[in-house]
Amino acid sequence: MKWFDNHKVLFSAALLLFVGLTVLVAIVPAMNNERINRPLPGAVPLSAEAIAGKSVFIANGCVACHTQQVRNVDMDKMWGQRPGIAADYAGITRTDLWRNTATLMGTERTGPDLTDVGNRQGNQAWNLTHFFNPRILVKESIMPAYPWLFEIKKEPAKGDVLVNVPAEFLQDATGKVVAKKEALQLVAYLQSLKQVKLPDGMPSPDFLYRRKQMDSTGAAGGTAAADGGELYAMHCQSCHQPNGEGLAGAFPPLKGSKIVLADSIDVFVEIILNGYSGRVSEGFGPMPAVGTNADLHPDEIAAIINHERSSWGNSAKPVSADDVKKIVELIQLQPKEQ
Amino acid sequence: MEPAVTFLLPCAIALLVMMAALYLYKASRQLRDAIIQSKKPGDESFFTKQISLMDHRQVKQVIQLLSKRNGLLVAAFCMVLPLFSVAQDGARQPLFSQTGILITIALLLIPVLAAVALLIGRVKKEIHRYRTTGNNRKAQALAAYLQQQPVEKIREVLQHQQQAAGYSLTHNELSGAAEADDSRGLLRVNEEAGLPFVALKRKAAQRTAVDPRMSRLVLWYLITATFWLLAGTTIGEYLGVKFVAPDADHLSWLSFGRLRPVHTNAVFWGWASLGMIGLGYYLVPRVGNGKIFSFKLGWYSLILINATVVTGSITLMAGINNGGGEYREYIWPVMLPFAAALALTLYNFLRTIARRKTKEIYIANWYIVSALMFCLVIAITAYWPGWQNGLGETIIQGYYMHQGVGMWFMLFTLGLVYYYLPQQLGKPIYSYSLGILAFWTQILFYTLIGTHHFVFSSIPWWLQTVAIFGSAGMVIPVIAGTTNFLMTFKNGWYKLNDSYTLPFFLVGTIFYFTGSLQGTAEAFRSTNLIWHFTDFTVAHSHLTMYGIISFFLWACIYTIVPRFTQQEAPQVTVGAHFWLALIGLLFYTVPLMYGSTLRGLLWMEGKPFIDSVVMMKPHWLWRAIGGSLMWTSHLFFAYNLYKMMPARNVTDVNEKLIQVLQERLGTGEKTSNQ
Repeated sequence: MKWFDNHKVLFSAALLLFVGLTVLVAIVPAMNNERINRPLPGAVPLSAEAIAGKSVFIANGCVACHTQQVRNVDMDKMWGQRPGIAADYAGITRTDLWRNTATLMGTERTGPDLTDVGNRQGNQAWNLTHFFNPRILVKESIMPAYPWLFEIKKEPAKGDVLVNVPAEFLQDATGKVVAKKEALQLVAYLQSLKQVKLPDGMPSPDFLYRRKQMDSTGAAGGTAAADGGELYAMHCQSCHQPNGEGLAGAFPPLKGSKIVLADSIDVFVEIILNGYSGRVSEGFGPMPAVGTNADLHPDEIAAIINHERSSWGNSAKPVSADDVKKIVELIQLQPKEQ
Repeated sequence: MEPAVTFLLPCAIALLVMMAALYLYKASRQLRDAIIQSKKPGDESFFTKQISLMDHRQVKQVIQLLSKRNGLLVAAFCMVLPLFSVAQDGARQPLFSQTGILITIALLLIPVLAAVALLIGRVKKEIHRYRTTGNNRKAQALAAYLQQQPVEKIREVLQHQQQAAGYSLTHNELSGAAEADDSRGLLRVNEEAGLPFVALKRKAAQRTAVDPRMSRLVLWYLITATFWLLAGTTIGEYLGVKFVAPDADHLSWLSFGRLRPVHTNAVFWGWASLGMIGLGYYLVPRVGNGKIFSFKLGWYSLILINATVVTGSITLMAGINNGGGEYREYIWPVMLPFAAALALTLYNFLRTIARRKTKEIYIANWYIVSALMFCLVIAITAYWPGWQNGLGETIIQGYYMHQGVGMWFMLFTLGLVYYYLPQQLGKPIYSYSLGILAFWTQILFYTLIGTHHFVFSSIPWWLQTVAIFGSAGMVIPVIAGTTNFLMTFKNGWYKLNDSYTLPFFLVGTIFYFTGSLQGTAEAFRSTNLIWHFTDFTVAHSHLTMYGIISFFLWACIYTIVPRFTQQEAPQVTVGAHFWLALIGLLFYTVPLMYGSTLRGLLWMEGKPFIDSVVMMKPHWLWRAIGGSLMWTSHLFFAYNLYKMMPARNVTDVNEKLIQVLQERLGTGEKTSNQ
């Protein structure tokens, strides 16, 4: 019998095969995943402000360019301390009646990954200026500007959050740039994006495809000589700028900075490791704990220090990785504040 | 690579490139000479010289000899190109050790080479044509000259020539002097043959008339599809520009993140889906020798799908979307009419097939009905809230986005090709069993591959491995399908030259092979490492959704519309559409893939992220250039569709003649023109 000459049998067979496979590779794994995963104990639920900010993030299609997943491959190390696991997303459920769950994992990384951006770049002033026009802070950026999240007021009211925007980006508008509530919510959402520490005793998955160590000296366990310029571009440049001059009223200059040029580098290392808020009263934003967040090694910190001490007309004597290591060990012995 | 090789290879390539350039220079010189020759006004010495050479056979032989010599050079030129392209891509060495990359380069060479071969064939043909036309002109001029001269002089010259040649035939010894009589209507004479700017192609064959209700329905599907092609790619083009000029505008409705899904969804659900269903409406009853079950349901579906794309585009621009899953950006109330349209169409097609007059169900209908059923399953799976929490959303997303392209667009379009391609070639499909093999293996393997978009993510490792296995398995249906289409071309390749639809089919087939297997190469863990998250994926989706789906749809549209309307598109603009689309696609994808590979390598080396943005800028510019060419080709396509619309308000001479005769003679007798 030619069963495929009977349209009912033929199409039922095709449908059955397709639905069967669909259940096996999509529906069962999805439901199973829901069943076995719970949010990590350290996970902090989003604040109301951050939830509103997530809506702004979704509405503007930010996921088109920004992923939120640290893959278990070595190259993703720069986006988080550990690879993401299913539990990281377990707390995310349907947005509302109209909209589906938004894990916002993304499929393209035209811009940086945002899994841990709250730790990496949580500074409100930086983010607001960056949203108004990313090219104020990162000249080469191709991210869209979001001026509709701001308004320009002649006389800002009390409690308005002012945004530091250089005149050439204001296009003849006079007045102060004030962040609308959507902009503040969006920043709150980004600030909330922090990778959650795994509970004690829970092993972290490995980063695979480790880069081959390119140590030419052959020293055991040696890493590639750290490139201070590259590390600066990766960790410091978006605030302190490629020319080391920072942004007036937002980020202090490193060019000619007393701390950078000082003979003793104790304070310098401390700031790189744990951040700094000593100049907030002058209008400068607090600096995040860049070194701790990015897990910088002493030799990398030394490379950054040497880069900053020898660029933009700065000239101070170079430091060695061992010097830095001693200071780092001292700092880590001290009890944490708070 | 060995240093000797790295040195010798560029030298060899430079040499070959020089040879190719020389050939093109020579060809263009010849073309120019031919044009000048054909336009040169004749003086007496030219005529006397020409008269002494009047033997027609000799002239023909010389032309043939010349074109044979060109043929050798063309072959040499063709051999140059693969080396050239490899060298360009392979200039950065570490990549060469990657199997996936090698596979991709090899695959990409196929469409590039095919395009070059087609182009050279065309150039060669043009040179030949110009020569022939030039000689025809000379003959015309000569005739005119002979008519003007005094009879005695002519007689003298001719007698002299007669003596010299000894004896010459009058060339109508066999046929006689009577005019040709074409009693079976086989001959088509082009009365106004001038110097043709483009090669003359065969006109669409006259066939039995199509039910006007059918042609109206299908035409409206195609018209709205073309509208969404234009709208969707205008937005796509603008998005490409934004990579180069991010401050092009500061309007929320036009910002990148909002417009990107407008582009993808408009070309998916608007252009491709409407185009496919429209072409399906003609095909499904046709291959069963029956009639469509209901026209009304067809019109409802048309309206519902358009409603989805209109509201979807507006809501996305207004900032209302489903939460970020790619191609799943329309919220469910917006997608609902689309699903309803699918259900209506499925019901309509099933009822049509149930009433078919043939015993078997033609393979095209296997694909089309399955595509409709599967797309409904996919849509329900993707929008049903029961399994979407946490990573469930991601697992479903991977399944959805890839089944959408593979089980809806690809499956449906393959079904269309199984009918329209053999139809254009005038011969049956090469192998029915290969088609069946491809059908079942496509379902078996394709359904598994969705999660290869999330390799190395936190979805279960085994699921990623299954997806990679499925991607490798896709080799079977792809090779089966490609073989089937190419073997159907067998013994019909000569038709490629004088058809304007077959080149579209051929390019679609080539990209079906290249694009699909590239997908397999991308899915391996080693290549995923480099290419994932980069614009490589964007290039891949354009190679497939554009290279395969759009080219096949255009092929089918150019095939079918003239049958509805008895109007054909001007050849110049069809040619412009074809070449701009093909060259634009290559300009779009090749630099993007090259740049993305470099970008992936930068990421792997742990370089600062912004470095990879700076590095991509020239590649994004090339993408915008290629995109502009593609976009321009769509303008030509829209114009062609317009030219193919039924002629209105223009009196048909023959119809009018009958009418006038009826009036004058007052017979009142009904005369049919069929």
